[in-house]
Amino acid sequence: MKLFQRLVPWILLAIALFILPAALDNFRLNLFGRYFSLAITALAIDLIWGYTGLLSLGQGIFFSLGGYAVAMNLMLNTKSLAGGNGIPKFFENYGVEQLPFFWQPFWSPAFALMAMWVIPAVVAGVVGWLIFRNRIKGVYFSIITQAALMVFFHFFNGQQKLFDGTNGLKTSTTELFGQLVGSPDMQVWLYRLTVVLLPLAYLVCRYFTSGRFGDALIAIRDDESRLRFAGYNPVPFKTIVFVVAGALCGISGALYTVQSGIVSPQYMSISFSIEMVIWVAVGGRGTLVGPIIGATLVNYLRSLVSEALPEAWLFVQGALFIFVVVLMPDGIYGWVTNGGLRSLLAAFGIARKAKTYPQLDEEAVPVD
Amino acid sequence: MELFFSQILDGLSIGSVLLLAATGLAIVFGLMGVINLAHGELMMLGAYVTYVVQSTFKPMGGVIFEFYFPISLVLSFIVTALVGVLLERTLIRQLYGRPLETLLATWGVSLILIQLIRSVSTAMVLGILVAIAVGFGLSKLLRLKFSEKPFFTYLNGLGWALSIVIGLVAVNLLDEIRPLSKAWFGPRNIDVTAPKWLQGSWGMIGTIELPGLRIFIILLSALLLLATYWFLNRSVWGLRIRSVTQNRQMSNCLGIPTDRVDSITFGIGSGLAGVAGCAITLLGSVGPNLGASYIVSCFMVIVLGGVGNLLGTVLAALLLGIIQSVIGSGTLLTIFPNLPAAARGVIEFFATTSMSLVLVFIFIILFLQFRPNGMFPQKGRSVDA
Repeated sequence: MKLFQRLVPWILLAIALFILPAALDNFRLNLFGRYFSLAITALAIDLIWGYTGLLSLGQGIFFSLGGYAVAMNLMLNTKSLAGGNGIPKFFENYGVEQLPFFWQPFWSPAFALMAMWVIPAVVAGVVGWLIFRNRIKGVYFSIITQAALMVFFHFFNGQQKLFDGTNGLKTSTTELFGQLVGSPDMQVWLYRLTVVLLPLAYLVCRYFTSGRFGDALIAIRDDESRLRFAGYNPVPFKTIVFVVAGALCGISGALYTVQSGIVSPQYMSISFSIEMVIWVAVGGRGTLVGPIIGATLVNYLRSLVSEALPEAWLFVQGALFIFVVVLMPDGIYGWVTNGGLRSLLAAFGIARKAKTYPQLDEEAVPVD
Repeated sequence: MELFFSQILDGLSIGSVLLLAATGLAIVFGLMGVINLAHGELMMLGAYVTYVVQSTFKPMGGVIFEFYFPISLVLSFIVTALVGVLLERTLIRQLYGRPLETLLATWGVSLILIQLIRSVSTAMVLGILVAIAVGFGLSKLLRLKFSEKPFFTYLNGLGWALSIVIGLVAVNLLDEIRPLSKAWFGPRNIDVTAPKWLQGSWGMIGTIELPGLRIFIILLSALLLLATYWFLNRSVWGLRIRSVTQNRQMSNCLGIPTDRVDSITFGIGSGLAGVAGCAITLLGSVGPNLGASYIVSCFMVIVLGGVGNLLGTVLAALLLGIIQSVIGSGTLLTIFPNLPAAARGVIEFFATTSMSLVLVFIFIILFLQFRPNGMFPQKGRSVDA
C-alpha cells in the first residue's frame, strides 16, 4: 500500500505525458494543457492564501505580465508579422514608428525567458513589500491587490500605442523554431512542456511550505501577532512568498498564453483573478495536491458547461462559490482526507464508522 | 477659472455618485465586517427596478410620468433591501467573523445576479418557483420519514439537488412556449429617460450653468447621508446597531436581538445600494455589468476614508471624484498653459477617464503608505486594529 501511494504521482505523470496525448484529439489535449498551466497559478495562490493566509485578488497582474513578455518576444521574432519598420504591424495602426524603449530587450529570446518570471517577481516584490511593510492584512490586502489589478488593467487596456489595448497580443500566428505556434505539433510540445513544469512548480511549493520556513508561513496565517511577539518579523516571509507566487503566476501565464493563442487585458479582469481563488478553494486550500485537482476540475467543468449551455456557466460558477465556502470549506481534497467521504459512506451504512472517543464527545464543552 | 469651477462641480457629482454607492457599503463593511462584492449588483438591481417603474408609467404619459422617479427611488430601496435581508438570512449569517469567506460567497451571488438579469424570463421564474416548491416539499417529506437517520443531512441535500434538476426540466419545457421564453431584459443595456424637471439647467451662478441632473444627485446623496447619520446616531435601532458592532456578546446578553439587528443593517446597506443604482440610471444607459465598474472604486473610498467612519467616506468620495474629473479631462492644461513640456506630457498621458483612474488608485496605494488605516482611523487598543 505504501509503495502504491508513493507511485501514485508518477503514475499520474505518466498518464498525463503518454496516455492523454494518445487518447485525446488535439483540441482536447490543448484544453488540458491550458488547465495544467492554470494549475500552476492555483499552486501559487495556494502558497499565499492556503498557507500564508494572504488572499490576493490581483494574481492576474503577474499572470498577464508573463503572458505579455512571451507574446511580445514571439511577435518580434516573426518576420511575417513585421510591418515596414521591422516591428509588429499593430504599431503602425497607431502611428508608432519605433519600438517603445521598454520592449527593446524583448528581441532576445533568452531575455524573454527570464523576463516572464523575473518581471512578475519584481513587481510582486515591490507591491508586496509596500503593503506588508504597513501591516496591511486580511481584507485590506485583498482590496488593495484588487485595486492594483485595476491599475494594471486600465493601463494595458488604455495604452494602444504600447500594448495594442483591448486587442491584446496574438501568439497563434507567430513562429517559433520555424513553426507556427498555433500549429498542432507545436501545441503538443507545449502541452508536454506544461506537464513537465507543473510537477516542478509543485516541488517549488513543497520546498517553501516544508521545514521551518513553511512553519513560519502557517504561523503567519494562524496568528500573525503572536508570531511577531515571539520575535519574528513577518514582513520578509510574506514578501518572499508573494514574490515566489508572482514568479509562478508569470510562468503559468506564459504557458497559458502560448496555448490559448492570445494575451489580452481580459486576463487582468477582476473576475478572472477571483476565479483563480475558487480553483484553490474547490480543490482544497492548505494542501498542495488540492489546487491542481481544483484548477483542472473547475476548468474542465467550465468547458463542458460552456459547450452545452453557455448561459448557465455563470449560474454554475456562482453556485460553486457559495457551495464551497459554506458547505465544503476544506475543498474536495481536504474533505476526503479529513474523513468526509468516510462519514458520508458510514451514514448510509456502507463503511464502518470511524472510531471516536465517546467520553470526549460527552465532555465536550465549548471553549469560549 | 470658470472652467475650473465647472470641473469641480463635475467632480463633486462624480464624487456624490461614488458616495451614494459607498454609503451602503460603508455600513455593511464598516459595521458588520462583511465584504459584500455583490454590492455593485444590488445597485444594478436598483437600476432595473427604476427601469421597470419607468416602463409601467410610460403608457400613462403626461403629468403622471413626471412623478415616476420619486416612486422608483422608494421602490428600488424597498426591493433591494428585501433582497439584502434575504441574502443575509440565508447566506451571510453563516459566515460572520470570516470576512474573506463572505468576499468569495458574495462574489458567487453577484455572478448569479448578473446572469439572472441577463436571462430572466417568465419561464425561468416559473421554473425557479417550481424548484423551490419541490425542494421544500421534499425536505418536509424526508424530515417526516428519515429525520432520525444518520444520513438525513445528505438525503436532504440530495432532495434539493433533485428539485433543482426538476426546476431545470420545467424551465426547458416552458421555454417551448413562445411568450414565456422571451427574456425580460436581455444582456443589452437599458435606457431610462430622466423626467423633464431633471433635464436642462437649474439656473446659473455667475456664468456657470447648474445642470439639473448633477445638482439633483449631489442633493440626493447629501440627503441620504444625513438620513443614514440620523438613523445610526439618533434612532433606537441605530443605537442597537452600534452596540452590536462594538460588542456582540454583551449586546446579546442585554437583550438586543442581534440577529434582527444584522438583518436590518444589511437590509439598509443593500437598500442604499438600490437607491444609488436608481440615481445612476439618470447618468446614462445601464446594463447587467454595471456593478463591476463601481465596486472597486467604492472599496477604495472606504479604505481611504477609514473603515466605519461616515465623515471619512464623504471626504474620500468627493476627493476622488474631483481628482478624477480634473485630471481625466485634462483641465489642468487649460488652467496652467505655461507648464514645462515634461509636465504637459505627463498630464496629457493621464488625461483619459481610465488613465485618471490609474492615477487615483496609485495615489491611494501611496497614501496608505503613510496612513495605513485611512484618513480617519478607528482608535482602539486591539493588536489587529
